[in-house]
Amino acid sequence: MIRKRLGRLAFYLLIAGIIFYAVFPFYWAIVSSLKTGTSLFQVEFWPSNPTVANYVALFEEQPFARNIINSLVVAVVATGISLFLSVTSAYALGRIRFRGRTSMLMIILSVSMFPQIAVLSGLFELIRAIGLYDTLSGLVLANLILTLPFVTWVLTTFMREMPRELEQAAIVDGANDWRILTRVFLPIMGPALSATGLLAFILAWNEFMFALTFTLSTEQRTVPVAIALISGATAYELPWGKVMAACVIVTVPLIVLVLVLQRYIISGLTAGAVKG
Amino acid sequence: MPAAQPHSAARNLVSAMPGSMSGRVGRTLEQQRTRVAWLFVAPMLAAVALVAAWPLARTIAFSFTDAYLSDLESWAAIGFANYIALFEDPLWWQAVWTTLLFTVTSVGLETLFGLAIALTLNAHMPGRGLLRAAVLIPWAIPTVISAKMWGWMLHDLYGVVNAALLKLGLIDAPWAWLAEPRLAFAAVVAVDVWKATPFMTLLILAALQVLPKEIYQAGKVDGVPPIRMFLRVTLPLIRPALLVAVIFRGLDAMRVFDVIYVLTGNNPATTTMSVYARQQLVDFQDVGYGSAAATSLFLIVAIATAIVITVGRVNVSATGERR
Amino acid sequence: MLRIFAVAAAILVVNAGLSANARAEVTISISCSSLGIEQQLCKSSSDAWAKATGNKVKLVSTPADANERLALYQTMLAAQAKDIDVFQIDVIWPAILAPHLMDLTAMLSEQDRSDHFKVLVDNNTVDGKLVAVPWFMDAGLLYYRKDLLEKYGKEVPKTWTELTDTAKAIMEGEKQAGKSGLQGYVWQGRAYEGLTCNALEWIASYGGGSIVNADGEVTIDNPQAAQALDMAKNWIGTISPKGVLSYSEEESRGVFQSGNAVFMRNWPYAWALANADDSPVKGKVGVAVLPHGEGPDARNASALGGQNLAVSSYSAHPEEAADLVRYLTSAQEQKRRALEGSFNPTLRSLYSDTELLTANPFYEDFLPIVESAVPRPSTVTGRRYNQVSSAFVRTVHGTLSGQRTASAVLVDLNKELERLSRGGKW
Repeated sequence: MIRKRLGRLAFYLLIAGIIFYAVFPFYWAIVSSLKTGTSLFQVEFWPSNPTVANYVALFEEQPFARNIINSLVVAVVATGISLFLSVTSAYALGRIRFRGRTSMLMIILSVSMFPQIAVLSGLFELIRAIGLYDTLSGLVLANLILTLPFVTWVLTTFMREMPRELEQAAIVDGANDWRILTRVFLPIMGPALSATGLLAFILAWNEFMFALTFTLSTEQRTVPVAIALISGATAYELPWGKVMAACVIVTVPLIVLVLVLQRYIISGLTAGAVKG
Repeated sequence: MPAAQPHSAARNLVSAMPGSMSGRVGRTLEQQRTRVAWLFVAPMLAAVALVAAWPLARTIAFSFTDAYLSDLESWAAIGFANYIALFEDPLWWQAVWTTLLFTVTSVGLETLFGLAIALTLNAHMPGRGLLRAAVLIPWAIPTVISAKMWGWMLHDLYGVVNAALLKLGLIDAPWAWLAEPRLAFAAVVAVDVWKATPFMTLLILAALQVLPKEIYQAGKVDGVPPIRMFLRVTLPLIRPALLVAVIFRGLDAMRVFDVIYVLTGNNPATTTMSVYARQQLVDFQDVGYGSAAATSLFLIVAIATAIVITVGRVNVSATGERR
Repeated sequence: MLRIFAVAAAILVVNAGLSANARAEVTISISCSSLGIEQQLCKSSSDAWAKATGNKVKLVSTPADANERLALYQTMLAAQAKDIDVFQIDVIWPAILAPHLMDLTAMLSEQDRSDHFKVLVDNNTVDGKLVAVPWFMDAGLLYYRKDLLEKYGKEVPKTWTELTDTAKAIMEGEKQAGKSGLQGYVWQGRAYEGLTCNALEWIASYGGGSIVNADGEVTIDNPQAAQALDMAKNWIGTISPKGVLSYSEEESRGVFQSGNAVFMRNWPYAWALANADDSPVKGKVGVAVLPHGEGPDARNASALGGQNLAVSSYSAHPEEAADLVRYLTSAQEQKRRALEGSFNPTLRSLYSDTELLTANPFYEDFLPIVESAVPRPSTVTGRRYNQVSSAFVRTVHGTLSGQRTASAVLVDLNKELERLSRGGKW
């Protein structure tokens, strides 16, 4: 009994350690965002003269609110399109046997095997050719190259693991594939959909290289680019306090998103759904 | 592309259909389902082809030329010359080994940590929602920025890491985290683990959530120890999702760029394949050679992925029918 | 799900509408820094030009990080994009970007051309074409702590040996006084372009040349260069912290500005920051030319940095764009930028301008530093400069982090660079 308790204690200590590791840098970002000038070069676990000057400057000096909205639009639309396209294909790839499916999965995966910098120029030409340069739609398109393979693969895996009984019951009832997908599988895929959706959202939200290269005007910039564009009085100086303030601000929407999605992540497969 | 062969248990759908159907009827049904499958897959395939076909084909094509960024229109086909030069470059092989070592260590640690956190978060406890959000934070910060932030924290003289370690008496002089080759590698791995563990956690958590709870209740009644329960029941059940998470993390780790570039620059001790390829493509403007490096990176990643898929027995082809 | 799709479609439509804006007058796009005084100056100057000429100017903000900026420029120029007319380019880029840039020789009057520092004009001249006009410049400086030198009765070091000895003496003295965290000398040792500047300064100051000479011959394998690298290697762990091998400009400024170093090598930008109101070393900082080495060819050497303005060959309005460059680089504009933002002019005459000298007394000392500035061999090595610099950085960083001796690695570097140079043709 004592050994068991000790084991449990050690496990929770490990967890506490990992959580500290995960959260401390963010705490440090908050502390740094409240400092200016030389105090940034000093280690203080709470700033002696906290100031919100960095936050104020951020919104005054550039259309930072606009950047956040741009990022939201790009990430939401790219995630939405990815989920929409992937759900049907995941059903086909995960539940229907047909020739060429394995190679199809492999080809989709291979899209994720090239370094981003290598596809940059080609995508740049493509986006200009379609006339989407310097638009958010162009960015959405570019982000699909990152999110689509990922979402398709994860959803296919989850779809494949769904209990066979669910489907059989529906087939016996004479349901077609669309019905099976939307009425039987989708309702119980909540955790998978929200987790992949969240990860894809963050992929698109954080994407930097495409966003920098495929947009030009300040009004179309997304958050990571806006942060990279924060510079000091000269090219060498790094206005650390402002960068950290921006970092804190852009993380907040994501935390809210997680809290909102919480319900779906938890609900999961209710016991009733598997009784088939 | 090498891949697992179709699972025999899932030979075809017909065999799994209710007994009344067979022969001719089954075949037309199979054809019909194949048509449905293609219909369902087509939009996604079209989207992937639209965004990826040209950029990828272009890169592969350029790898057989001597194209230079200053004038992309005049190039000559030079066969495999770029690849031969690449394979003769010791720096490339050093980058390959660094990348593989980096991938194995960081993805390994991420998987362990991810499992531990996911199992904890899966249990019912107060404040679980907030904890989930908290654990996800590292993944939510753009890499360019989080890498810079770590660079700041790992500064030998005014960084918080050394300050804390000194205060705790764990070290007696500041460590030069990002300067000494071995420490620099460890630091880069630590930052990547910090950054990507949430990815693992979230996917594993999703897999845990779809597990039928009845099994656990049964196990509890029978008094099976939790560790055994985990190894015998949980792990096999979440294995498919876990492996997909490992594959995608592996793909990212093998193409790692930002973290390394921001933390250590072009330090040879931490140069990875992506850093190498980018240097050739952008800094040196050698589109031909850089494309060859990018394509080789692609091939190495493909081989590594194939190995993981084979060893991990990822069921690429079977459908849910096998249950 | 469908709703999301509908939103996506709506955005596509709106975007298409926005980008189809009609353009009536000539609009010139110029890449500028995105924030702070640099952006304000860029905007006000461009607006003044726009008003005077009846055109419009659009600012495009580009990242401050040189590598990101170069990658962006190259992607755009390789695709022959017309979206940016005027590019702000680093001193080491003219040869790399030259094929995409217009010849601006005709834009500079004979008088202006002779007033610009020759070293800059030469740097920006590629195959007889002036591809970029100098806008502002930088040179490596030695920052020192006046108060500490006074306390220990030391002079500002003239040679590296003096610097080493002084740093050691002060560190020792302060250690005995209980301040053990003090470092002697901080500089930029990270494996990046900044290390090229630092190492080039040491080597040139020993008379070891500048990696490749003006005729394109590789000259790096010489005893003076080895001596210079050995000197720097000895600093690490004695007067410089081991971590200096991961420092870029800001990391070294952080150490110096928080009062933890006697000497620092940095660009002029650190001056204003070290003397800011909240700086612990405010008023205690002095600036001097970097020390020289030993031996018959020893000299003072500062690496040359700075930014130029160039016009894209794909510009739809090359004449207006060139005129904007002429305006922005004129003496009047450079003076304004020097007064309001401490951007160092590239015109010699401005360094004797009384108004500027009053505002910026440090310009008096800056002139000799500029005169001794060493350009990196970016023009002679043309499009291969980044390869040269990267091989150089790899070698120097490897030596400094202690694996091999300087004389041994320089032989290898020399061979590698000679192979790159294709017999001096580059």
